[in-house]
Formats: sequence, C-alpha cells, structure tokens
Amino acid sequence: MRDFEYEAPASIAEAVQVLGRHNGAARPLAGGTDLIDQIRVGRHQPGVVVDIKKIPELNVLELSAAGLRLGAAVPCYKVYGDPKISAAYAALADSAQIIGGIQIQSRASIGGNLCNSGPAADSTPSLIALEAIAVIAGPAGKREVAVENFCTGPGKNVLQPGEFLVELKFPARPPHSGSHYRRFIPRNEMDIAVVGVGASVVLDEKGEKFVSARIGLGAVGPIPYFVQEAGQRLAGQPVSEATIEKAAQAARDMARPIDDMRGTKEFRLHVTGVLTRRVIEEAVKRARQ
Amino acid sequence: MAKKRIVSTTINGRQVELLCEPRQTLLEVLRDTLDLTGTKEGCSNGNCGACTVLMNGRPVVSCLVLAVEAEGATLETIEGVAPVDGLDPVQQAFLENAALQCGICTPGFIMSTKALLNENPDPTEHDVRFYLSGNLCRCTGYDKIVRAVLDSAQKRKKAVAAK
Repeated sequence: MRDFEYEAPASIAEAVQVLGRHNGAARPLAGGTDLIDQIRVGRHQPGVVVDIKKIPELNVLELSAAGLRLGAAVPCYKVYGDPKISAAYAALADSAQIIGGIQIQSRASIGGNLCNSGPAADSTPSLIALEAIAVIAGPAGKREVAVENFCTGPGKNVLQPGEFLVELKFPARPPHSGSHYRRFIPRNEMDIAVVGVGASVVLDEKGEKFVSARIGLGAVGPIPYFVQEAGQRLAGQPVSEATIEKAAQAARDMARPIDDMRGTKEFRLHVTGVLTRRVIEEAVKRARQ
Repeated sequence: MAKKRIVSTTINGRQVELLCEPRQTLLEVLRDTLDLTGTKEGCSNGNCGACTVLMNGRPVVSCLVLAVEAEGATLETIEGVAPVDGLDPVQQAFLENAALQCGICTPGFIMSTKALLNENPDPTEHDVRFYLSGNLCRCTGYDKIVRAVLDSAQKRKKAVAAK
C-alpha cells in the first residue's frame, strides 16, 4: 500500500486541527472497510489517515426520549445488537445486519457508509426514512445537514476539506410507527444492492390510516433518493393495496437507474416498484405490532 | 516515508510489541513481521474472509485493519486455537467432517466459527450459513463446512458438560 502518516486525535477539536492542517490531503478513518481498500487500489491517496475512533462523541450510541444518537464510528454490530434500538429503528437495524458479512460489521460504521456516499449504500435509504440528521464538525464549528441532502454524487457529499461527520441524530419514534429496509440482490448475503428501499410509516391509533410516511431509495440513481411524493400520496390515506401502489408508482417515477453488471435499467425500475410495495407493507405490519 | 510506530498488543495471550509502518495491514504484520503465517491472504480486499482473526473478541478481516489500529487490542489467531496437546473441538470437527480440501480458507472459517459459537453456542443451519457468509471456500461447496460447524457446536456442548 502507498505510504501515509497516521494520527489518532482524542477530541473533536484536535481532529479538526489535524484535518485542517493537511488541507484536504487527510482522510478520516472509522472502520476502514471502505477506506483501506480504496487506498490500496489508489482511489484515495491521503497523506494522512486520521483515526477518529478514539474520540468519545464518535462512539455514542444513546437511545432516549429525545431520539437516537449514533456516533459516526459506532460499528454496525452494536446497532443491531441492541434490542431496544432494533425495535424502535428497525430499518436501521435491517441495514446494519446486511452490510457486508459479520467481519465487516465488526468494524464498519453507519456513519462511514454515509460518508463513503456510494449510490447503493445499504444504510442511507434507512437514514432517509428515519429522518436522520448528520452532525458535522469543521473549522467553522458544527453544522447539521438532513441526511437526504448529504450525498451529492457517486462518492461525493457535502463535507468540505477539514470537516468530518460526528454523529447521526434521529428524532424519537412516534407511537404506531414501523420501518423496514430491504434490498434486491442475486445472492443471499454479501452483495451490493441492485435496488434498495427503506420506508418508515406512522399509522393512526386504529392502524387503518397512514398519518405520514417516508421512503428512501438506493442504487437507482447517482445518489440515494428521498421520495417525498410517495409519502405525500400515503399521508391521510387508508392502508390499502391501492394507496400503497400509488406510493410505489411515485418511487418508480423518481428512480433514474442505469444499466450495469448488476441489472438493467428496465429491471431496476420494475424492482423499485415491487420492493417499495413490499417494504411499505412490512413497515405497516411492524407499526401494527 | 512515514515514521515507524511501536504497537503494543496481546496476541494469543502473549504481550507483543511490534514495529510497523502506518500503511501496513494487520495481515501483513502478522505474516511477515511476526511469522504467524497461519492467517492466510486471499483477496486482500475484505471479500473472502481467509484472513479472519478475532480482535477484542470480534471477527475482523485483518487485510482491512491497519496494524497501528491494534494498539491495546487483544488478538486471537489460528495459532492460538489448539490447546497444548490435541485439537480444539472446532478443528476436530472440521477434520472429522472433511470440511476442507486445499485448506487456504480453513483458518478463517475456524476463527469465524469460534466467534459464532462464543455468541451463539447452539446455532441453527441458517444461523451458521448467515454468520459464515463472509468466508468463501472454492473447494467444498460449503455443505461439509456447515455440518462441521454444527458438529463442533455439539462437541463443545459435550466438552462443557463433561467439565
């Protein structure tokens, strides 16, 4: 592997300083499951790798009445290993459980998955569905970005030189809510999504009507999409095949897939509709439990 | 060139201090510096699981860990699995069930199996297949490996009961 320096700051302030000093030539390291391979193949050529795992704020995993705080370096296995978090933020746990294999989940973080900004990232549609906010630290202090506005292109995002992701904040889950993430892959495990859909729904007390819904799509465009239109078509409507189909149509309309080795454009559009329907149905089932 | 670092770590119960460059992976250092060549290099990009070791009790692919990240960590490699005499129940089960042919993937499978059984001493076939999905084998077609893992779970239970 090409040569680089290694630093492991102990605080956010120190990390900002280190990253700032290298003016874009430094790269934050959390689980390293993307970064180390990308350095090896030459996609990234950092002069310094900044290990941010030793910063306390990046290891926060805290469920409270205010919601969920997920530090940017918390590995996937800790997310689905917590039964309360898995129950309340089920889509997030679904994603964490299928990112890579067990060895990858020991190290890889949801924050890293977001910052890698792959169009087919398995956690981003769930983050969108669950209304996550990215908390970013940088030379100018902290700022917050809604997760649906975080990615700007394949491998690209809103982080400026010197900035890094500190944590993801999720609002508390309302009563009668449920969420789910599912992807289509030709294998059973260890594969990259052909299409991925995350959904969160809130139902009325009787579980018969949608109060609100949020749908996130992966692998069908240069960035993961927030399908606002799908949520609007569900809000206030009865839970029925017909209304869910309207939301699925909104997802299909927004998808802009490409042909590649994993699937054709036509196939991906079809799967987007089917998966959206199934994922909403599962989220409804969970909301009713 | 980046300055070399001293890394203190515990490997198979022994305190080890080693010298490495930041760019060296844990896999590289285990094999080339420490001569622990039981851990195998397969794909070197995190797909095949041949280089699986346990880091603080969790299975990781050592090709995607920088050696400097092992500072203060507890590591277990295939060399630490067998007791002084004989074999670990997992190794015994792999032998008896003919769960290997060329053997390159075997150390990784055994380390993943150790982690699985620590977490879940009585796994179903589905649990085994899901947990081991990050370990690839091109020889066996997996069936014999899955049988060996299920068998080793039984062997471990008996060994615990006998104690």
